[in-house]
Amino acid sequence: MADFIIDDTVDITDVVCPTTFVKAKIALEELEEGQILSVKMNDGEPVQNVPRSIKEEGHQILKLIDNGDGTYDLIVKKVGD
Amino acid sequence: MAFTNEQIERYSRHIILKEVGAKGQKKLLNASVLIIGAGGLGAPAAMYLAAAGVGTIGIADADEVDLSNLQRQIIHATKDVGKAKVLSAKETIEEMNPDVTVNTYRTFVTSENIMDLIKDYDFIIDGTDNFPAKFLINDACVMAKKPFSHAGIIRFQGQLMTYVPGEGPCYRCVFKNPPPKDAVPTCKQAGVIGAMGGVIGSLQAMEAVKYILGVGQLLTGYLLTYDALKMEFRKVKLPTKTDDCEVCGANPTITELIDYEQAECDGVGL
Repeated sequence: MADFIIDDTVDITDVVCPTTFVKAKIALEELEEGQILSVKMNDGEPVQNVPRSIKEEGHQILKLIDNGDGTYDLIVKKVGD
Repeated sequence: MAFTNEQIERYSRHIILKEVGAKGQKKLLNASVLIIGAGGLGAPAAMYLAAAGVGTIGIADADEVDLSNLQRQIIHATKDVGKAKVLSAKETIEEMNPDVTVNTYRTFVTSENIMDLIKDYDFIIDGTDNFPAKFLINDACVMAKKPFSHAGIIRFQGQLMTYVPGEGPCYRCVFKNPPPKDAVPTCKQAGVIGAMGGVIGSLQAMEAVKYILGVGQLLTGYLLTYDALKMEFRKVKLPTKTDDCEVCGANPTITELIDYEQAECDGVGL
C-alpha cells in the first residue's frame, strides 16, 4: 500500500556525479509544487550525496526504497517553484 | 525541449546554480546575441557566450585576421592569419560547442545595415574599436529598443556600461558626441594590454548572460572603469536625467542614424 502517488520518475543510474544530482534537479524543475518524483539511483556515492543535495534545495524526502539489486528509489516531494 | 545527457553534463555547473537551473539554461539555449567586432573584446565575449550555450550568436566584422591581432584576440589562431575574422570566429565556436548556431556578417556596421543586423537579436555587444561605430550602435539600439553592452579598451584601461531601454542613460547621454577626429588615439597607435580585452569582454558576456537569465543587477546607470596598473575598479554613477538626450530623451533631435567620419588610422579591429 503506497502512501503517495508518484507523478514522474527519473533514472540517474546511467550518469555519474555531479550529473546525477543535476538530472534529478531538472526532473524536479519540471514538476509543480507538491508533486512527487521517484529517482532511481545506484548504491554508493549517489545514494550518499543526491538525497542530501535535494534536501539542501528545500525539497522533502519521503522515502528511500532499497530495490535489492544495487539500486534505490528516492521518493521526493517538490517544495516551492 | 528536453536536455540530452551530454547537455546535462556540459551545462551541469550552470544548472546546479539556483539562479540558473534547467529553466535558465533553456533560456540561454533559446537566446540570441549579436557581437559587433570580433576583436579584443568580441573574442572573449563570443567564446564565453558560446561555452555557456547561448543558442544563436551573430558576429559582424569586415576585417581579416592580422598577425598583430593574435596578442589579444584569442578566438583566432596563427593558422587563421589572412582569414575573414567572422569565419575564424565561427570555426572556433563550432569546435567549442555544437549547440551554438553562428551567423556571420562580413561587414562593418553602417547606418544602412545596422537596423537590419540587430533586429533579430535579444542583446547586442559592442566590441568595436572606434567612436563612429560606438555612437551608431548606441543610436540604433535606442531606436530599435534593444539592450546592449558598450565597452572600450586602451593601454591598461577599460570601461563598460549597459543600456536597457527605459532603464537608465544611453551612451550618448554620457558622451554626447564623438571626439574630434584624431583627438583620441586608437589601439593601433596607443597599444593595449592583451588581457584587457579578456577582462572587459568577459564582463560584457556576463552582462549578456544576466540579462538573458533575468538575474541580478545590470550595469545600467553606471559606468565601470578599470585601471589595471593601479588595479582599481570604479563604478561611477551616471546622471539619471535622460530627458534632454538627443537620441533617447523626451524630444529626440537625432531621429536618423549618422555615419560619423572615421579617424585616419581607425578601422583596424581592436
